[in-house]
Amino acid sequence: MAKQIPDITNDELEDILCSIFDTYGYDFSAYARASMHRRVVKYMEDINCSTARDLKYQIINSTEVFNYFLQRITVNVTEMFRDPDFYKAMKEQVLPMLASYPIIKIWHAGCSTGEEVFSMCILLHEANLLERTRIYATDINPLNLEKAKHAIIPLDVMKEYTINYFKMGGTNDFANYYTAKYDNAIISLDLRKNILFSQHNLVTDEVFNEFQLICCRNVMIYFNHQLQNRVIKLFHESLSSFGYLALGVKESLLFSEMRPKFEVINRNQKIFRRSI
Amino acid sequence: MRVQPKMIVIGGSAGSVPVILEIMKAIPDKFPHTVVIVIHRQRNVSSEMATVLSIANERKPIVEPDDKEPIKTGCIYLAPQNYHLLIEDDHTFSLDYSEAIKYSRPSIDVSFESVARVFGENACAILLSGANSDGTEGLHSIIENKGTAIVQDPTSAAYPAMPMAAIAANKSSLVFKPIEIAKFVADLQQ
Repeated sequence: MAKQIPDITNDELEDILCSIFDTYGYDFSAYARASMHRRVVKYMEDINCSTARDLKYQIINSTEVFNYFLQRITVNVTEMFRDPDFYKAMKEQVLPMLASYPIIKIWHAGCSTGEEVFSMCILLHEANLLERTRIYATDINPLNLEKAKHAIIPLDVMKEYTINYFKMGGTNDFANYYTAKYDNAIISLDLRKNILFSQHNLVTDEVFNEFQLICCRNVMIYFNHQLQNRVIKLFHESLSSFGYLALGVKESLLFSEMRPKFEVINRNQKIFRRSI
Repeated sequence: MRVQPKMIVIGGSAGSVPVILEIMKAIPDKFPHTVVIVIHRQRNVSSEMATVLSIANERKPIVEPDDKEPIKTGCIYLAPQNYHLLIEDDHTFSLDYSEAIKYSRPSIDVSFESVARVFGENACAILLSGANSDGTEGLHSIIENKGTAIVQDPTSAAYPAMPMAAIAANKSSLVFKPIEIAKFVADLQQ
């Protein structure tokens, strides 16, 4: 093959992540290496950078390069009603329990550009719970939060989300939840008015409120085992008694030392409840 | 002499399931190697793929691993729908939900490259029938890291595009018909 594919050793990667922490305060040292390595190599290809030394120099000396790095290294892929069976389980097993609280507080940790938050708002709206719910949606990446606040979604993917909505068992006219203009849709402001978007880094930040439900789906897959344990502990402390924790469908608490402190509500959809 | 356990990673797309079934059938009871199967399939619908593949060899249950699940030697794994499947240095699985690559998630390239990095010469990648070019770059990594690269003979493939692309870019791949692949895998036992 003619094309030179850049590579980077574990030690070089370690060194770059260390310099990023010193310069910008973002701590990626406990991110899962396999996926991080792949994205760093892809990023190097993109910016035409063939050595680790060059990459480090560019990142440390330009905030602009770093911001692009941050955008590429953190995964920002999301969709509305991803895993329709998960939302069905939420609707049937969790929302009826939340209904007993006068004020419901939900934390979407690692909300990316907000699509899963909007999905939750639709569920809450249909269960007549949205008015008394406060949703705290946080992400490490400020650009994601800016996008999330605008809630603008291309119409072609909206078609796919509509299909997900019906697979989840939705019965309303999905088009009532957004306004279409040209090639885009904007999620209705009524649905979004109780969402508070703010920056929070699961690696370094602490408990900031108490919640009846925490959703953190497909975020911790990017963390190593130790960091996963730290974050699950943080969630445990942030949940009220019998508060719910929802993870991605392939994220198990089985490998966490916090496992005994949660009971399983739905094994396949990875919904847990704080037991002690 | 004790056999060095290998990591066998199979990548397949359209038309690959019958070949995978044939390989499954050939795997003996006491098999010291690990198998990871990466197949392109639909997302956001429940899939019975693990059940279908399990029928071929009832003694070898197929596991769709969770994130950070430790790899057990001798087990057969199937990459979960709608995630990329990678392997960490400590031999645990890692999932990744980043962009689809060549319209595919799981991407065969991603899993092959990850296996090549971790298992080196003990990696054995098998690329089967399919209608795109996923797996070509991954096979390149397998070969670079001194692993074994096997491609299904395109004349035997229901969709020859994927094996053809891989062979064109990776001249040192072994090109086998399904029955030869099954025999090769079964013979790894000795």
